[in-house]
Formats: sequence, structure tokens, C-alpha cells
Amino acid sequence: MKDFLRSIEHLLRVVLLLALGVIGFLVVRRMVIPAEFGKYGHFRPAALDEIRAHPVKFAGRQACEACHSDQADVKSKGKHANLGCEACHGALARHAEDPGSLVPKLPDTAVLCARCHEANQAKPKSFPQVKTAEHSSGLACNTCHKPHDPRIGG
Amino acid sequence: MEMTRREMLVKSGKFILLTSAAAAAWDYVLAGKAEAAPNYDMTKHWWAMVIDPEKCIGCGNCVRACETENDVPEGYFRTWIERYHVDDWDMEHPQVDSPNGGHDGFPEKYHDGGKTFFVPKMCNHCADSPCTQVCPVGATFITPDGVVLIDPKYCLGCRYCIQACPYGCRFFNPKTNTADKCTLCYHRITQGLTTACCEACPTQARVLADLKNPKDPIHAFLRTHSVQVLKPQMATHAKVFYKNLDGSVR
Ligand code: HEC
Ligand code: HEC
Ligand code: HEC
Ligand code: HEC
Repeated sequence: MKDFLRSIEHLLRVVLLLALGVIGFLVVRRMVIPAEFGKYGHFRPAALDEIRAHPVKFAGRQACEACHSDQADVKSKGKHANLGCEACHGALARHAEDPGSLVPKLPDTAVLCARCHEANQAKPKSFPQVKTAEHSSGLACNTCHKPHDPRIGG
Repeated sequence: MEMTRREMLVKSGKFILLTSAAAAAWDYVLAGKAEAAPNYDMTKHWWAMVIDPEKCIGCGNCVRACETENDVPEGYFRTWIERYHVDDWDMEHPQVDSPNGGHDGFPEKYHDGGKTFFVPKMCNHCADSPCTQVCPVGATFITPDGVVLIDPKYCLGCRYCIQACPYGCRFFNPKTNTADKCTLCYHRITQGLTTACCEACPTQARVLADLKNPKDPIHAFLRTHSVQVLKPQMATHAKVFYKNLDGSVR
């Protein structure tokens, strides 16, 4: 027996070393892999909650319409009915949450309207376009058009 | 007991492999059941988008809205607009430009004939995406509701995914030093809002769709219209569907 143990001693050492290595590996693996990794797929599930925690900046048109039903009514009758409020007014979630904390600056129609309506060969032919310089002869668009319902005489 | 060196190596090799397999199995046992996220069930949605280039007026509202909503650094784009100009005598070589991603609109450039149109571009949220396949650490993945996302805490910044995306939808964010791309506004769509780009689009040229919602108009739309995905030959199973897409678009 003694002889036998002696003759495999070198093997036992290797096995011991290996076992230690494997245990070390498992311990480190436990430590570096986040809890629940792989719960929904090959990723860290907490990442989903972190991404969802990003603040919303565009409140959405329904939010605006709850308070500004006047503008919403006017708009719904005109050609701009399908535009969201924030397509022209910009992101206003902070205002929608607490109107006093951020009173929006009104858009400058000289810049705003041209962005969409400036004539361009690449725009769909059915989209109403004007060469703004010729069309308005320097006047602001809202001297003649009402932004929420742009039809003249509407 | 006689044992050759070779036998010993084989035995110890098996021992190591089996131990890690057992560890993996044990992890699985410990992981337990999935808990439902509050008010949102990932298994009930499969997000996609429909883009109609014939409605796009190149105003850049989507690009600016995306930048604002997602704090995209200046000069980088999670969504952008391309202008295509195709001459009928040279269909093979469309001219494509995208000044500042279309962020500030498109100054008139073409005055001749030919076909000119806008194509909005963004991450295609592929069901079989090359970018997630190449990630060495599981930092980019597809969620159970079909959105390809990046875990910025896990991303090493190795840029493999940026190389792998056939659509050029990813970029290296110099602020976070990680790969970055469209999240399909995951923080918005999981609480019932549409994406920032769709909210800001004046012509409904882009519309968010949920393929698992039987009431979503996308089902009727897909049945009655001709749609195309970008680079179908890449077999990425892209989920951004383009209506009546011109053959010159890549
Ligand atoms: C909770 C109610 C509420 C919501 C929601 C809301 N607003 Fe307002 N809004 C107000 C009030 C109140 C004022 C007047 C603030 C003031 O003058 O101090 C105002 C002012 C404004 C003004 C400036 C008007 C002016 O005469 O200068 C604009 C533009 C505006 N809101 C747009 C929006 C848009 C776009 C949204 C949707 C994102 C929105 N609002 C959502 C209550 C609301
Ligand atoms: C086509 C772009 C456009 C859209 C869409 C739009 N607005 Fe406006 N809005 C303007 C402009 C431009 C002004 C400034 C009016 C002016 O100077 O004549 C304005 C003014 C306002 C004002 C100030 C009071 C007034 O009536 O002049 C409020 C409040 C307002 N908008 C709310 C809204 C809400 C709410 C919506 C969505 C239902 C909306 N707007 C959609 C362009 C737009
Ligand atoms: C965000 C893009 C956008 C902005 C900004 C915008 N519009 Fe429009 N406008 C549209 C769309 C979309 C239509 C509907 C086109 C259609 O029906 O095909 C439209 C329609 C119109 C029409 C009706 C044309 C017709 O055929 O009767 C007029 C006039 C008009 N807009 C003027 C303006 C003016 C003035 C402004 C600035 C206050 C403005 N628009 C700002 C997108 C915009
Ligand atoms: C002097 C008054 C006036 C000014 C200023 C003005 N418009 Fe007009 N606009 C008109 C009239 C009149 C029409 C034709 C009536 C109609 O179609 O409603 C018109 C029509 C339009 C149309 C529809 C064109 C079409 O093909 O159907 C658009 C778009 C438009 N204007 C945009 C603008 C923009 C953008 C500005 C600012 C740069 C502007 N307008 C400034 C008077 C004006």
C-alpha cells in the first residue's frame, strides 16, 4: 500500500493542482459573470432596465392635446392635422410634465416652414412646395398662413 | 497502476471539461424563473418599422429628434437620410449624398432630369443580426421583443460589431467609448409611446409596428403592399420594411 501510494504520489499532486485550478476557475467565473446573465438570452438582463430608464424628451401629441385643446382643434381641421405638435415645437416633455418649469419659445416661421416646404427636386411631387424667397418676398410665413391651419382664408 | 503520460492528459482533460459542464448546469438550476417586467411583457411584442421613401420630404426632423431624444453626439447618427439621384442612362451608379446625415435638410443640388428621392436609414433590428454574432462578450444582443441593443457597461469597445453591420448603422461613441446605435427608442416603446423619429416625422414616412399585435395595421399593410428589406442577400432578416423601394438603393 505504502509502495502504491508512493508510486502514484506524483499523480496525486497533479490531480490536486488541477482540482485547485478548477475550483479557482469556478470561483472567479462566479464573481465576474453578473447575476442572472443569460436569463433572457446571451446578455445581462439588468441592461434592459438601464436602457429603459433613459428619460423621455418627446412627450407625444396626445400629451399636448390634453391641455392645449384649442390648438389641437384648429390643427385637426387643417392640412397639418397629421403633424405632431413637437414636429414644429421641438421636444417638450419637460414642459408637458410641469408647464411652468419650461415655457417654450415659439418657433421662428422663417426657418421652420422652409425646412419642410422649400422646393426640392428630391421631394415627392405631391408634397406642397414653394420657392420661399419668391413666394413670401421676405415676409414671415405667418403673416399670411396660420401655422396650425395653413390654408389661406381658412 | 500503470498510466502513460498520454492517458493522464486525456483523463485530466475530460475531468476539466466535465467539471465546467456541471458548473454550467448548476448555474442553470440556480438561475430560476424569469420575472415579468412591470407593465410590459417582452414576450407579447415583436417590433419592426415600415418606411415609405415616397413620403419622405428630407426635412431632417427624424435626425434631429433622434439626436435630442438619445443624446447622440454631434456628427454621429443613429438614423440618417440619404438622397439618391439616379440617371436613366446610368442606373447602375446612383449618386448618393447625405450632408450632415440630413440633420439640416438638403440644399437643392440637382436641376436636371433623372430620378431623385430620399431614403431614411436606421438600424434594421435584424432577427439574425451579424453584429450580435460577432460580439465577444455578449454586450450586444436581441431582446425577446426583437430589438437589437447594446449594453454599454459590458461593451469593451472592440468595434467588431461596427465592422460587421452590413448597413453601417453602428458607430463608436467618443463620449462613452462604446459602440452605439439605434435602440428603436426602447425606453419609449416599452411604455406605449412611439419612437422619437416617428413622433417627429410630418408625413408618416416611418411608422413603428408590432408584428405580434394582431390589431397593428402592419398586417394589412404587408399583405397589400410590395415591401423590401435592405440587402436581403445578407439573410439578416431585417425588420425595417421599405415600401416600393427603388432597386438602386443599397
Ligand atoms: C399640463 C398641461 C400642459 C401640457 C401637457 C402641455 N402644455 Fe403647453 N402650456 C401649458 C401652459 C399652462 C402654458 C402657459 C405657460 C406660461 O405662459 O407660463 C403653456 C404654454 C405653451 C406654449 C407657449 C405659448 C405661448 O403663448 O408662448 C407652447 C408653444 C406650448 N405650451 C406647447 C406645448 C406642447 C407642444 C405640448 C406637448 C409636448 C404642451 N405644450 C403640453 C400647459 C401645458
Ligand atoms: C406646422 C408647425 C406647427 C405645429 C404642427 C404645431 N404648432 Fe403650435 N405653433 C407653431 C408656430 C409657428 C407658432 C407661433 C404662432 C405665430 O407666431 O403665429 C405656434 C404657436 C403655438 C402656441 C402659442 C399660442 C398660439 O396659438 O399662437 C401654442 C400653445 C401651440 N402652438 C401649441 C401647439 C400644439 C398643442 C400643437 C399640437 C396640437 C401645435 N402647436 C402644433 C407651429 C406649429
Ligand atoms: C414638419 C414639416 C412641416 C412644417 C414645419 C410645416 N409644414 Fe406645412 N405641411 C406639412 C405637411 C406634411 C403638409 C400636408 C401635405 C399634404 O397634405 O400632402 C403641409 C401642408 C401645408 C399647406 C397646405 C398646402 C395645400 O396643398 O393646401 C400649407 C399652406 C403649409 N403647409 C404651410 C406651412 C407653413 C406656413 C408653415 C410654417 C408655419 C408650415 N407649413 C410648416 C409639413 C410641414
Ligand atoms: C403674402 C402672403 C403669403 C406669405 C408671406 C406666404 N404665403 Fe404661402 N401662400 C400664400 C397664398 C395666397 C397661397 C395660395 C393659396 C393656397 O393655396 O392656400 C400660398 C400657398 C402656399 C403653399 C401651398 C403651395 C401649393 O403648391 O399648394 C405653401 C406650401 C406655402 N404657401 C408656404 C409658405 C411658406 C413656407 C411661407 C414662408 C416662407 C409662405 N407660404 C409665406 C400666401 C403667402
